[in-house]
Amino acid sequence: MRIKQLSIFIENQSGTLIKVLELMKRSNIQMIACTIADTAEYGIFRIICSEPDRACAALKEAGVAVAISEVFAIEMTDRPGGAADAVKAFSDAGIGITYMYAFLLDGKGIMIIRTDETEKARELIKSQGLPYLCEKDFVR
Amino acid sequence: MIWNPTKECMSREQMRELQGKRLHKIVEYVYHNVPFYRNRLQEMDLSPSDIRSIDDIVKLPFTTKKDLRDNYPFGLQAAPQSEIIRIHASSGTTGNPTIVGYTRKDISIWSECMARSLTAYGVGRNDTFSVSYGYGLFTGGLGAHNGVETVGASVVPASTGNTEKHARLIRDLGITGIACTPSYALYLAETMDKLGITKDQIRLRVGAFGAEPWTENMRKEIQDRLCLKGFNLYGLSEIMGPSVSYECDEQNGSHINEDHFFPEIIDPVTLEPLPDGQTGELVFTTLTKEGMPVLRYRTRDLCSLLPGECPCGRTNVRMSAIAGRTDDMLIIRGINVFPSQVESVVLTMKEFAPVYMLIVDRINNLDTLMVQVELRPDFFNATLDTPAAIEELEKRFADKLRSVLSINAKVQIKAPGSIERSQGKSAHVIDNRKLK
Repeated sequence: MRIKQLSIFIENQSGTLIKVLELMKRSNIQMIACTIADTAEYGIFRIICSEPDRACAALKEAGVAVAISEVFAIEMTDRPGGAADAVKAFSDAGIGITYMYAFLLDGKGIMIIRTDETEKARELIKSQGLPYLCEKDFVR
Repeated sequence: MIWNPTKECMSREQMRELQGKRLHKIVEYVYHNVPFYRNRLQEMDLSPSDIRSIDDIVKLPFTTKKDLRDNYPFGLQAAPQSEIIRIHASSGTTGNPTIVGYTRKDISIWSECMARSLTAYGVGRNDTFSVSYGYGLFTGGLGAHNGVETVGASVVPASTGNTEKHARLIRDLGITGIACTPSYALYLAETMDKLGITKDQIRLRVGAFGAEPWTENMRKEIQDRLCLKGFNLYGLSEIMGPSVSYECDEQNGSHINEDHFFPEIIDPVTLEPLPDGQTGELVFTTLTKEGMPVLRYRTRDLCSLLPGECPCGRTNVRMSAIAGRTDDMLIIRGINVFPSQVESVVLTMKEFAPVYMLIVDRINNLDTLMVQVELRPDFFNATLDTPAAIEELEKRFADKLRSVLSINAKVQIKAPGSIERSQGKSAHVIDNRKLK
């Protein structure tokens, strides 16, 4: 039910972002979505991509601090309030969201949710019938 | 195995007597051959006949690094140039380098001391031993080299630089021993990882590490990553070079070749001798040196002497690990801070690589200390993928630092590979206060 996301530690200075992107390009990995949680000195660069395992290995090989984290990818309904409905389901069930971000994929709005309460989230998605995406949906 | 049981296992009384005789002789020798020492002794109303036993050493004047620099290049040389067969120079980062000339007898004693060290580490004629100190003016390379040849092992003069080639040689030649700086050993381990050279492909067994201070944690890490037993090898060019002292199998303090180099510990401020066991500045007098003998040379290294019997059977006195340098010591907000203390904390954190940088500054008349460390790629994981988790790691490290240093330090976590690795003596401090 969860999908793999790359989490990369980068320093907040010029040249660090392009280094990671060039490595992805060289390994022929397609990025589908990304976001950066930044502070004054460093950032955590999070990426959803095709072949996350191969991407992770290639980055590690190049000495990058990279890890694979597992996140949920929920499909939102395409109308005002679509995001609110998705988050409300988690909120009502008392599940804490560590972070979230959203993007469009093939015309659908996708919300990435990271939570430490994996089992509760799984139950919720199943019981509420929330539409979710699997790893194969990101194969390019 | 003990290379020279007569000297290394001598009774204390016999050793004191030998040292006393040699001290008298060396004072007489410098009095007649080095105007610098003759003037110093005359100023103090001392003549060689006043030095009768080793206890009289406290009457003698000290020699400092500044004295060596002021007498550049040959002012303290006692032997005529025709007797000098080799000249080394210490790194002169500030001012003149120190020039040290060796006679044939000096080189022979040095080789003997180095052979004692290697034998204590368990190195013998069946070993293949790589010397990875720099060859050249620095005493490390050639000093260790002569010792390896003396014990009859096969020496591989790898020197420093071209680490990838060296790593492959360690694997391909079945090298069993290595002499290098501890930071170079870690760099070598990293290089082997990068090349995919695994523990089962190497036959390393013994490491002789010196030329910079290192900690027990660093020893554990090197031993584990290179599959060897790591021994301290201490020395300085002003006295001889590597093998002034050496560890035995006990790995508990380094035995001093005290029939050649007499050690004292003094308070670096009052210059008064300190009792055994107390930490202070290490001072050496060369008892047999011909080329450039020195009386009571202040090494600026801080350590203590550990008397008493050693289970290995050697009776020569041991010195503790170097706790720091009198001139490495940073005074931050009035508190003494040694880079080695920071290193010991870094090495307890598995999330960080064994490298660090201290950046000292003065902002609004207040000293600040920042410690930079580097994330280790293998220990970066999904639980660290938020700024809050990184901050938590920073805080955990900062708390540990505070308990060791007694001052607050700002911590900065850097990406893998962003702190410069040293191939020689590590430079771990940027003190911006000096620039203002």
